Amino acid sequence: MATYSTTDFKGGLKFLMDGQPCSIIENTLVRPGKGQAFNRVKYRNLVTGRVVEKTFKAGEKVDAADVVDIDLQYLYNDGEFWHFMDEASFEQYQASEAAVADIKKWLVEQDTCTVTLFNGDPISVIPPKQITLEVTETDPGLKGDTQGTGGKPATLSTGAVVQVPLFVQIGEKVIVNTEKGEYVSRAK
Amino acid sequence: MSKRDILKKRSDLMQLIRAFFYARDVIEVDTPQLSQAATPDVHLHSLSTSVQVPGQAEKQRYYLHTSPEYPMKRLLCEGSGDIFYLGKVFRDDDLSPRHQVEFTMLEWYRLGFDMQNLIDEVVELVNSILANSRPVEQLSFQQAFQKYAGIEDVFSTSAADLQACLKQNQIAEIVGVDTKDKELWQQLVLTEVIEPQLGKEKITVITHFPAKDAALARISEQDSRTAQRFEVFVDAMELANGYYELADAELYQQRFTESLQQRVEYGLPNVPLDKNLIETLKAAPLPDCSGVALGVDRLFMLQQGLLNIEDAVSIPTQQA
Repeated sequence: MATYSTTDFKGGLKFLMDGQPCSIIENTLVRPGKGQAFNRVKYRNLVTGRVVEKTFKAGEKVDAADVVDIDLQYLYNDGEFWHFMDEASFEQYQASEAAVADIKKWLVEQDTCTVTLFNGDPISVIPPKQITLEVTETDPGLKGDTQGTGGKPATLSTGAVVQVPLFVQIGEKVIVNTEKGEYVSRAK
Repeated sequence: MSKRDILKKRSDLMQLIRAFFYARDVIEVDTPQLSQAATPDVHLHSLSTSVQVPGQAEKQRYYLHTSPEYPMKRLLCEGSGDIFYLGKVFRDDDLSPRHQVEFTMLEWYRLGFDMQNLIDEVVELVNSILANSRPVEQLSFQQAFQKYAGIEDVFSTSAADLQACLKQNQIAEIVGVDTKDKELWQQLVLTEVIEPQLGKEKITVITHFPAKDAALARISEQDSRTAQRFEVFVDAMELANGYYELADAELYQQRFTESLQQRVEYGLPNVPLDKNLIETLKAAPLPDCSGVALGVDRLFMLQQGLLNIEDAVSIPTQQA
């Protein structure tokens, strides 16, 4: 297995810690005028999303993590797994609940998502920044309020709930920002 | 601050430093940056280049100085009197917000000064440059461990106690250090627990480092476990490092030999020792003096409130 030494450390480097894939956020070299050098490393555990800090003695080695980000089309959910496909090779991947837990409410069939693979299996999924969803439930609101001055909750076709302007009605399609979980505009 | 402002303020700083020494009859020397010898100190990594020398078919290796210490000491032996160097030095180390490969160093030697005399002068210089004059806190290495890490006697404490101290201070987990390696755990308590607390709204001077870190400082007469070496910290940053200087050629030869042995242990390349320095010291020992090196880029960072050394220099290493 490939290894990295502390001299290879930099932002974005993917390595294994306790068998889990991690990505370096920040690496600072501590070199006292006398004594040995250390690397202060802040990294994200790519499975749990937790940010951890550790200090490595210079020259320490870590195993490289086989982690890649690829664009995959979301196909469907079979109740247990979320299925994705590489549009070029038609190869299919199945993601577990853990990999999509935070974002499954933003998965729209046929949307292209960025999927992080660890040893070939999806461990996290980033949906497109903006997606279009249909409003399935919301209060009728006031007719004639076209200023969008107020707001109300609306349930969307994936089950996600966002605040929308009063004029948005059931059956309309809206554009949502998935990073912020916010309504952007009505879809044309 | 615009780039022009930075350049102007750096230029002003250089003038202030020179004026400080001219007023004290300390003369500026521009010693060579290239030498056939390199420092054997295991913590310093010299860069080198090759020079065509008359009569030699092969180009000869010359090292860029990591500090002007050796040539300055030769000048002192030859009767230069008080001298300072203000210019570039080179260290083949990783870059960081506090490190450049080439950086500006101020180094000076004062005849007849003991360690305390020189500490007082360093503080006076630093205070004359910082925006607000700061009070001084002076602690021995041992006192610093007592005050800032709660370790009563650093010389007799155990590796386990030092690890407990790191844990108690919620220092991030350390990877790759042997649990019994007391020396390294001691270093970590110093860099992770103590140093971040030093020089806050004051100038902290740490003295009497362990004798193994003496480098070329004299061993203390009162306590042979310690050396007459001091470091100056401002805003948790090491700014200067000084010694009450060793005088005898024999002692230099002995310390150099020890360092070369350490280089073998650490797996570092061998380096040629400065024979010219040893010869000069043999002819006339170093006059009684203390000397100190101070990072000028860091001093400028502190003066201007800059957090990254790249913002303090005209063009940073990686853009040069």
